[in-house]
Amino acid sequence: MVTRVEKKAAKKAKRANESRGRKWTRRSFIGAGAVAGLAAGGALVVGIAIRPGDRTDKLAKFVTDGDEQLVTTWVKIAPDNTVTAIIPHGEMGQGIHTALSAMLAEEMEADWEAMEIMEAPAEKDFANFELGREFMMGGANIPGPLFDTVNGLMLKAAQSMDLQITGGSTSVRFTGVGAMLTAGAAAKELLLEAAAQQWDVPLSELRAEKSYIYHGEKKAPFAEFAVTAATLKPNLRPKLKARSDYKLLGQSLPRVDIPAKVDGTAKFGIDAQVDGMKYGTVMAAPVHGQSVAKMDAAEAKAMSGVHGVYNMGDYVAVVADGYWQAKQALDMVEVEWTSADTDNVSEETIFAQYAEALDNGEKTVLHKSGNVTKAMKEASSVYEAEYRVPYLAHACMEPMNATAWVRDGKCDLWAGTQNPLGTRMVTADTLGMDSENVTVHTAFMGGGFGRRATPDYTNQAVQVAKKAGVPVKLIWSREETTQQDHYRPSVLGRFKAGLDENGMPIAWESSFVHKMDPPEASAVFYDIPNVKAQYAESPTHVRLGPWRSVDHTQHGYFTESFIDELAVNAKMDGYEFRRKLLKDKPRHLKVLDTAAKMAGWGKALPAGQAQGISICESFMTIVAEVVTVDMSQGEPRVLHVACAADAGFAVNPDGFKAQMESGIIYGLTAALFGEITISDGAVEQSNFHDYTMVRMDNAPEIDVEIITSDARIGGAGEPGTPPISPAVTNAVFKATGKRIRELPLSRHDFGAAS
Amino acid sequence: MVQLTVNGKPQTLDIDPDTPVLWAVREQLGLNGTKFGCGASLCGACTVHIDGEPVRSCVTPLSDAEGKEVTTIEGIAAPDGALHAVQEAWIKHQVPQCGYCQSGQIMSAVALLKDNADPSDADIDTAMAGNVCRCGMYTRIKAAIKTAAKEV
Repeated sequence: MVTRVEKKAAKKAKRANESRGRKWTRRSFIGAGAVAGLAAGGALVVGIAIRPGDRTDKLAKFVTDGDEQLVTTWVKIAPDNTVTAIIPHGEMGQGIHTALSAMLAEEMEADWEAMEIMEAPAEKDFANFELGREFMMGGANIPGPLFDTVNGLMLKAAQSMDLQITGGSTSVRFTGVGAMLTAGAAAKELLLEAAAQQWDVPLSELRAEKSYIYHGEKKAPFAEFAVTAATLKPNLRPKLKARSDYKLLGQSLPRVDIPAKVDGTAKFGIDAQVDGMKYGTVMAAPVHGQSVAKMDAAEAKAMSGVHGVYNMGDYVAVVADGYWQAKQALDMVEVEWTSADTDNVSEETIFAQYAEALDNGEKTVLHKSGNVTKAMKEASSVYEAEYRVPYLAHACMEPMNATAWVRDGKCDLWAGTQNPLGTRMVTADTLGMDSENVTVHTAFMGGGFGRRATPDYTNQAVQVAKKAGVPVKLIWSREETTQQDHYRPSVLGRFKAGLDENGMPIAWESSFVHKMDPPEASAVFYDIPNVKAQYAESPTHVRLGPWRSVDHTQHGYFTESFIDELAVNAKMDGYEFRRKLLKDKPRHLKVLDTAAKMAGWGKALPAGQAQGISICESFMTIVAEVVTVDMSQGEPRVLHVACAADAGFAVNPDGFKAQMESGIIYGLTAALFGEITISDGAVEQSNFHDYTMVRMDNAPEIDVEIITSDARIGGAGEPGTPPISPAVTNAVFKATGKRIRELPLSRHDFGAAS
Repeated sequence: MVQLTVNGKPQTLDIDPDTPVLWAVREQLGLNGTKFGCGASLCGACTVHIDGEPVRSCVTPLSDAEGKEVTTIEGIAAPDGALHAVQEAWIKHQVPQCGYCQSGQIMSAVALLKDNADPSDADIDTAMAGNVCRCGMYTRIKAAIKTAAKEV
């Protein structure tokens, strides 16, 4: 007879085996079954981290199987000569698994066709050191003698900050440039050196190509040298290729994640499957910060298939046999929420509070050059404008969800997250566990855009699963996803320019509420000698979070609207006005000129149509967009977007273009329709009928031109977004004479069709 | 008890016939390619075919599919595994980004091309307007549909 305890032990062993067998490889993402040819059992690991200190023992246990060699922190080689890139970023459609592994393959001379990709596990030792260093050093060049010290410090810092975040358009420009290229080159040097030893030939006579080492006609796979290579000390600063020598980079490689996304096999967070799993859904206090005062769940509990209804403090949860049953039951739960002053907050009170903060609140100066006060006095005229933008939800297509299993002092969590390590820490904290006992299993994200950097949804899954005592897949409804977001802030911005006798700005002053990141978002790259940008804090109870391009969304709109107003005021063409203020900025000029040329700026257009232009720099990438709008039907219809972008170098040109297209549509939705409004303290919008999206029938044609310069590699995921709203409103002004100082455009009435 | 055919296979489901087809295929049949987006027929992520017609499975009760043929994204490739021309075109044009809406987009596109072998831009706009792509890959979707139209 098998006892219950034995059964439990057998089950546990089975689970342990399954989890050992679960590979974080590209193949496991795609779901094509087990990885072949890897023996289970003790891994032979003598890896070397290219980061300071030999942490390979620690890392290897997380990522290697059988006889694989962890050669550097970001790459391993299997006995069958498969090279696997270990990518410390989540895939949410930005193509990062492809771009970063190509960067590694390029320098390593690995065979791209046979390469495997694996997402780095949510372990502290895979904290993204390069990300931490770039954040803290602001991309500054580190003096040579300090290099190792700084590296050591930054690794510590990255670990303590739990940095494994996918956001800030950082993946290629920081992780790629800082870690992947270097790791690839270092790995290649190690393998060549190992081959020189094993073959007893001079290093200079060896070369690497497509995962083989060659000596004249003689060749052998990388794998043959992996064991020796792993015992050698890697060069922290290997020689990197010149861009002109790239074979893979600069080519439009097909994205590795796409095949699984056309046949339904791609595994997103919501597709997690755990034996014995139930389904949960939640309703949180509609006014953020409130909690359950009274709950009557009698009717819901009596419904068929309902496992439990729980008062979780600031939200109510139902767990049932299926999502639909859980949702039906949740709708039957009667909840009274606590009340507070925030119940009276509305759109009007929020903006009145912002105005008060700008009128009388304490301000912090973010950017300052010259003497604005003096220049304003000396100016021949002063021009002022006030702009406002609303809260915005992320509206990821995949509603927030996570699957959790809490048992025996351990927790497994399955989720799409932009922040696996942070999620792990928060989960451990919530459960009062050591983070060693928390395993985060990542998956594709059905959209992130900043939303999936905040682990509130995973935390609910963990709490509910603990309460329910079974594995629970917790899924938010679309309504919950819309109303319990962490929003792009609504912002009030005031702008003032001191002008010379020709209407050219000699002083620029901006005052606005809220400051998130990055600080340079409110800086001005135009040639204006006296600048002051300052902000006042004016918090409300509405939750805020990073939204695609973060502070650049509002500041791109403010700055490029105000510049356009100044051009009109000076009776100059908006393109020529900008050119004048960018005369010493060759990269900006080229981007601006290219977009203007692509769109045929100044050409005759049919009645009701007009073009608008804008240029923004964000995440080290400069993007100009020229939009053609048609106002002949009364409301704005964007026909075409010409986009020119200089990110220094586009690692995957087609992927880069796709990011620009995506950023443009994302920003266009915000410009045309996007607004989350607050009434009686709660979010008013709930689903796609009142949080409107750009769709196929109102999507513009988009052309993207990539400009290659010698600049450092910039970001791609976000820089397409900031320029679109001002380009549209500048075009609308030209077509109608109506200056849009408040987004979205759907708030404005343009009268009947002309 | 509801009897229906899913991707060519007869199925008998012993669940509430009011359950939306979306949850039946995902939770009962383990066909996770069909996605939950809005629960209100507003985004198209859950699009499947019932007797060849595209429907939003998140608001279609299982009882509506009784005795009918349901096709999901897992069922549009040829029996030998060869991808549908629409899927091939999706790869060629590198359409998906996050990919979450793409099962629904592809099911809408397949239905469009079944009825209209040479759709105009306006036809595509009409047929695809119910499918939201938050990554904004509309120009690629349109181009891919035109490519697929040549193959179908």
